[in-house]
Amino acid sequence: MVNYIVRRLMGMVPVLIGITLITFFVIHLSPGKPTRLQAEMSPKISLEAREKLDRLYGLDKPVHVQYWEWVKRLSAMDLGKSFVDERPVSEKIGERIPITIAINVLSLIMIFLVAVPIGITSAVREGSEYDRISTVFVFIGFAMPTFWLALLLMSLFGVNLGWLPVSGIKSIDFEDYNLVEKIFDLIRHLALPVFVSAFAGLAGISRYMRASMLEILNKDFVRTARAKGLPEKQVIYKHALRNALLPIVTIIGLSVPGLIGGSVIFESIYAIPGMGKLFYDSVMARDYPVIMGVLFIGAVLTLIGNLIADVMYAYADPRIRMSGR
Amino acid sequence: MFKKISRLTGIFFLILLWGHAPAGHTSQEVCSPAGDASQPLVAQPQYGDAIVTASIGDASTLIPILASDSSSAEICGLVYNGLVRYDKDLNLEGELAESWEIKEGGLVIIFHLRKNVKWHDGKPFTARDVEFTYLKLIDPDVKTPYSGDFERVKSLEVIDDYTVKVDYKEPFSPGLSSWGMGIMPKHLLENEDLGNTRYSRNPIGTGPYRFKEWKTGEKIVLVSNPDYYEGRPFINRYIYRIIPDQATTFLELQTQGVDQVGLIPLQYSRQTDTPFFKKYYRKYKYPSFGYSYMGFNLKDPKFSDGRVRLALDHAINKEEIISGVLLGLGRVSTGPFTPESWACNKDVRPVPYDPIKARALLKEAGWEDHDGNGILDKDGQEFRFTIMTNQGNDTRKTTAEIIQRRLRDIGVAAEVRIIEWATFLSEFIDKGKFEAVIMGWNLSRDPDCYDIWHSSKTRPGEFNFIGYKNEEVDKLLLEGRREYDRDIRRQIYNRINRLIFDDHPCIFLYVPDALPIVHARFRGIEPAPAGIGYNFIKWYVPTGEQRYTRW
Amino acid sequence: MRKLNKLTIFGLVVVAVMASAALFAPFIVRQDPGAIDLQNGLMPPSASHIMGTDSLGRDLFSRMVFGARISLSVGFVAVGISLIAGVIFGSIAGYYGGWVDSVISRFIDIMLCFPAFFLILATIAVLGPSIWNIMIIIGLTSWMGVARLIRAEILSLKEREFVEAARAVGASDFRIITRHLIPNGMGPVLVSATLGVAGAILTESGLSFLGLGVQPPVPSWGNILTEAKSTLGIAWWITVFPGLAILITVLGYNLLGEGLREHFNPHRKQ
Repeated sequence: MVNYIVRRLMGMVPVLIGITLITFFVIHLSPGKPTRLQAEMSPKISLEAREKLDRLYGLDKPVHVQYWEWVKRLSAMDLGKSFVDERPVSEKIGERIPITIAINVLSLIMIFLVAVPIGITSAVREGSEYDRISTVFVFIGFAMPTFWLALLLMSLFGVNLGWLPVSGIKSIDFEDYNLVEKIFDLIRHLALPVFVSAFAGLAGISRYMRASMLEILNKDFVRTARAKGLPEKQVIYKHALRNALLPIVTIIGLSVPGLIGGSVIFESIYAIPGMGKLFYDSVMARDYPVIMGVLFIGAVLTLIGNLIADVMYAYADPRIRMSGR
Repeated sequence: MFKKISRLTGIFFLILLWGHAPAGHTSQEVCSPAGDASQPLVAQPQYGDAIVTASIGDASTLIPILASDSSSAEICGLVYNGLVRYDKDLNLEGELAESWEIKEGGLVIIFHLRKNVKWHDGKPFTARDVEFTYLKLIDPDVKTPYSGDFERVKSLEVIDDYTVKVDYKEPFSPGLSSWGMGIMPKHLLENEDLGNTRYSRNPIGTGPYRFKEWKTGEKIVLVSNPDYYEGRPFINRYIYRIIPDQATTFLELQTQGVDQVGLIPLQYSRQTDTPFFKKYYRKYKYPSFGYSYMGFNLKDPKFSDGRVRLALDHAINKEEIISGVLLGLGRVSTGPFTPESWACNKDVRPVPYDPIKARALLKEAGWEDHDGNGILDKDGQEFRFTIMTNQGNDTRKTTAEIIQRRLRDIGVAAEVRIIEWATFLSEFIDKGKFEAVIMGWNLSRDPDCYDIWHSSKTRPGEFNFIGYKNEEVDKLLLEGRREYDRDIRRQIYNRINRLIFDDHPCIFLYVPDALPIVHARFRGIEPAPAGIGYNFIKWYVPTGEQRYTRW
Repeated sequence: MRKLNKLTIFGLVVVAVMASAALFAPFIVRQDPGAIDLQNGLMPPSASHIMGTDSLGRDLFSRMVFGARISLSVGFVAVGISLIAGVIFGSIAGYYGGWVDSVISRFIDIMLCFPAFFLILATIAVLGPSIWNIMIIIGLTSWMGVARLIRAEILSLKEREFVEAARAVGASDFRIITRHLIPNGMGPVLVSATLGVAGAILTESGLSFLGLGVQPPVPSWGNILTEAKSTLGIAWWITVFPGLAILITVLGYNLLGEGLREHFNPHRKQ
């Protein structure tokens, strides 16, 4: 197993290098130098000061040198300093990332808890009324513009019914609550964002599950099991399900970028100080070090998600470990 | 949107002016709360409770001389004090300075400082702190947008612990109000790099509120300063919540999750008249201290003819924009000063909406529809241009759409381009690559507008980007900032108002109203020309109505 | 051919109705979608304005119909771009194999690591939110799935007899790829294109919410729906109609895509 993980990690190196290249490329798409904007925030800053800034950020050097120096700093875990408030980028991302990961993990869990059963049952009852209704249901989740759904839910549960807080992650007096109150408060605040994020992701997983299950149900060993006269329930849940669930695991990794990308919108609307909001703010403020930092970290998170998924897969299916993919 | 204005208004938006409402504020007439104004006057205000303010953007630094966005400025306004401030009637009064003397025809200002003021860490405030703040303001290594006013100072001398003498190179009347800049503690910041100090996120000031915590992107919490020289503020906590989306803020209002916020016109006039809002909130309305305009690139040959600019002014119905976009919550702008300012020339009348006259003027200038395609042309060139405005400001966007429509009526084809703010400034405004723009100025209380209108201020990144040039205006602008006498200045600025308006370098559109809404449990709010925020430390909530009592 | 199920038919109908609305917009709508009438701002649906008016008094129905044009164009052009990029990369990788394949496959892996919405946001903010930029950038961040499909399909096809036969008669690589391999691999690609249109419409509406979508006065469903933010509680029609239009259209494309998937699924062909 350790061997397998090491091999996978080695395989990630070229991908990581590619990630740094693309991150760097996206930022250097823009006309002019990123420091121009910062300098222009204050008309008092002279041309000399701008040149000083350019030197500070190494922008007077050829592009490949700039890239090399950025990667060198990156490998020392130094993401640079924000143009906006001169705080270290790693610190800015560090304080935003936990809430984004928390919400995305929660919503992934919710997606799995709901989508997998829907996928299985609709595969088992393929072509039935239930199959059709559940299909429409999961696709509605996908098809609703996130901010529209969020607004509707905030109005309904926040304002009309008054059951849940409208926005934010904690109440004003959170610090003075006892532990139970704190947990309850967090759940109330996170309920809507997690739901909005999860509802959109149902379709992908449940359709995948359904297809995977259908494929297995048509396989010979399941037919054999049926032919042997085993009870249908046992056929489905013992023989077919185990095999059908396996490929689903890899979906975890693949769904990470989508979830992180979606966080821009629900974090803005629910006033959640997460990574998506940080990215949006940085983009609007042309805060290049932070944009590059978030892009890089976002991609690395996906890599980690993929790695976890692969390791789980390999754990569940020894053949993978051996062949080494 | 206000956060985004900051760069262009850096100089004009004086942070010292305790800007509580989203825009600057003042008025000659007393503004009236729109709701039920009869608040019972309880003899004894009570301490306690918290006020929750919503803001679209987070602060970026709490070092006052670096704070150029409105969020940072707002928090700095509560944590720090200046030497002077504007009172409720917009006259300068002493804050950390008990009094001041202006000598030698304005060449010298002597400030006498208060003796009983303490920093939040207990150390006494002295003249050394004023000197320190001044030195940082003119330090070329400090990236402050406010250095302009202080570069006119020849020298600053500490006479004793509580007396400061400021010498100017030449008389500079806007200089006095520039001393409203938040004064920073020398003993803490002396050896710090202001751009990169822990105090930018843990500020120590002399103001009515002490810094408690800053959860980035979530909230900033301040607590009342029991040792404040004017007395402890009644409201215990000031909570500045960052809510990026205006729809969310409005939903929060409907659950009383937010106590104070600036409304947009639609919310003010259509969405907050429900019994719920009447019961739980009070609305206020007063003219903001700024205006919106459509500026022309005067270097563009199309707009070099004054008749053409006047014609376009006639073609645009300002009243329509005010009633349609601002829903009546604003008024026509008639020049570079807001109608409430003493500098404003009351004899200047807005150009009336008159499309027929507009067409006649354009014909006079050679623009006619020769080929009958509905678009005016001259020398084979059609009258087409692009109106640009910044993204994120719905009022400007809609205004642009209406103007586009009205110009089409007289045969002028305007295209609207909405550009993200940063690109808008750096790629188009600074480089002069625009034909017409819709923008706004937030003004300081002092009418000095040298940076916007003087012909020397046209280099890239400077504020006279439309390229206005009028020798008489240039001369008057210089005179105006040398003069301390209010009556003489009034004459100068009235004349400037007239000259600029008659030149039509831009179409003055409207002065929007500031529309704050405050939870009804807060008492002691007394609307004045300065708005409502000026006496914030006197606001209170009767004990029985307090909401946040855990502290 | 198997009988189409009800959901696929629903999808087809939605797609057809929306597409014809977009195509024939000028014939369907009587009012100019840009005609401002401030006196009649935010009027509820009535005989003269069947979907009511927006805050500038513009007829919401006209804007919706013309918005269909814009939103669907964004979807189609973006998907067109992603198809072109995907087919080129995928077929080259699949046909030539070897190091070419490894390089392209790695590149696909790398692109898939980035949250696409982040890349879109960053580039659009830098290059400006023009409708062309939006289409191109959505297209350039969504071709990887198509490329993988085409690659896999070509890998499995290229050893088959008809390819061998073509090679035997001396057909060029280009000819083999374009005439034989790509057409045979088109089934799954069509499915993914259908889903791609749905995704692009949603992405545009998300960008509009952040102020970086198609810019007014050009109507798109996304920017019409964004006005719902400022008219909450006083103009349900601005919340409901554009929201439903996006919901139903995206749903329609998805259901159609699912139907096509079943149709092309080799396991299901009996």
